[in-house]
Amino acid sequence: MHPAPSIIAFSTFSGLGLGLLFWLGIDPTAPTGWVAFAFFAIAYALAVGGLISSTFHLGRPERAIKAFTQWQTSWLSREAWCAVAALVTMGIYAVLLVFFDTQVSILGWIGAVFALATVYTTSMIYAQLKTVPRWNTVLTSALFIALSIAGGALLSGRVTIGLVLLLVAGGLQALWWKTGDTRFKQSGTDLKTATGLGNIGEVRAFEPPHTGTNYLLNEMVYTVGRKHAQKLRMIALVLMLVVPVLLLLLPYPHIFGLLALISHIAGVLVSRWLFFAEAEHVVGLYYGMR
Amino acid sequence: MTQLPEKTERKMGLVIDLDTCVGCHACVVSCKGWNTENYGAPLSDQDPYGADPSGTFLNRVHSYEVQPESGPAQLIHFPKSCLHCEDAPCVTVCPTGASYKRTEDGIVLVNEKDCIGCGLCAWACPYGARELDKAEGVMKKCTLCVDRIYNENLPEEDRVPACVRTCPSNARHFGDLGDPDSEVSQLVAERGGMDLMPEQGTKPVNKYLPPRPKDRLNEEIDILAPLLAPVVEEPKGFLGWLDKTLEKL
Repeated sequence: MHPAPSIIAFSTFSGLGLGLLFWLGIDPTAPTGWVAFAFFAIAYALAVGGLISSTFHLGRPERAIKAFTQWQTSWLSREAWCAVAALVTMGIYAVLLVFFDTQVSILGWIGAVFALATVYTTSMIYAQLKTVPRWNTVLTSALFIALSIAGGALLSGRVTIGLVLLLVAGGLQALWWKTGDTRFKQSGTDLKTATGLGNIGEVRAFEPPHTGTNYLLNEMVYTVGRKHAQKLRMIALVLMLVVPVLLLLLPYPHIFGLLALISHIAGVLVSRWLFFAEAEHVVGLYYGMR
Repeated sequence: MTQLPEKTERKMGLVIDLDTCVGCHACVVSCKGWNTENYGAPLSDQDPYGADPSGTFLNRVHSYEVQPESGPAQLIHFPKSCLHCEDAPCVTVCPTGASYKRTEDGIVLVNEKDCIGCGLCAWACPYGARELDKAEGVMKKCTLCVDRIYNENLPEEDRVPACVRTCPSNARHFGDLGDPDSEVSQLVAERGGMDLMPEQGTKPVNKYLPPRPKDRLNEEIDILAPLLAPVVEEPKGFLGWLDKTLEKL
């Protein structure tokens, strides 16, 4: 699948921002005043910035508001609702904390649930697609949620739980890659079922329908980056897991914590790029490609 | 509405005969022509006369080589357009309700005024039947020529999809696949019509007729042949000597 920068940025940064909102929501002694203001400003900048960047890949962004209508069937529509619910609830919670020194825990908990629900709905946009076997698994949702709350823990300065969550997210990432490599084959879809010609003999794409490229090939048969996939996986894992864990074990949590966070974000960006670049859509079969 | 109808009154669709398709691409051209000039946004081209041409098409013809266990390979031309699936995954993923499946005839359509061009429906379709038009920013797909098949301004013989009307080898058939007595349904029953990617669970309405078994050149075709004197005799003279000598080596 084509790794659109707007979508990679959206899912990484809004995931982080929503992860931070989750921790702020469930914190029994949430910060107040200017400290709270700083935390919420970062969380909203990441979450809202990510959501806005996601509209950049739309063909008709001016109609984006219509995406709220089909929540009954569409995960994309459900994501829109959950995001608004999380941002509004946490907004009220934040205003009370920042300006009135008042913590309404129930609001925080509701906001935290919606924040995680938003990450879950984002993951389901991908995990629901039978056409992309690598994504079509519950592990995709588990990975997105683990990365979101691990990043949120780092952002909110929770070292111990952050360490544990980093290890969990790293493990899920490795498992997702490992099982993902065989999922296309397991799906049972190949050129034989795609053409229905398999009972005659071996099928080979002989001639494409056109000499140039097209929307389908640009969007769904992205093969450029797979050459270095294994190296990039290692880079992603080192940046998002190994380096932050080592840095968090050092003293001076503020400086090394910040470096750990930057390294983690860079790692997640690489991993998210691979998430798209490595994903193979079954339509590629018709073109003799994957 | 992106909820799929539980049942449609009719299942209008195409039956494509892989045995008779000659791969002329006339259906591709007539589809592009009709759908550029009529319903919805035109099908744009990008850099059509330049070095890197591309464009939006609702119907494309692939060609596949199939190698049986014995005998020569077969070349099969393979037109592909929207299959108007009963369980259309492209419809349910749409966040705006622009994609829908009609209850009356099962045609899957896009209301272009509601489409935000997110592309998720194209991701959900296993067949590559949907293409986002670059100029218009909205999703385009086969409409089964909904503006032809019910159009009383056209002569009756033209009230079929443009691809069906134009096919010179009669490889494309149009009708109600929900009615077991319809010509298309009988054709499917007779020829063993098949679904593409049945494991994807989309329940396509369009069916493909597999190629008929090929004639074999090496099979006896004349029952009198064994009685005829062989045309090629044992070589004589120099060639006969050469044959025997080489045989001995």
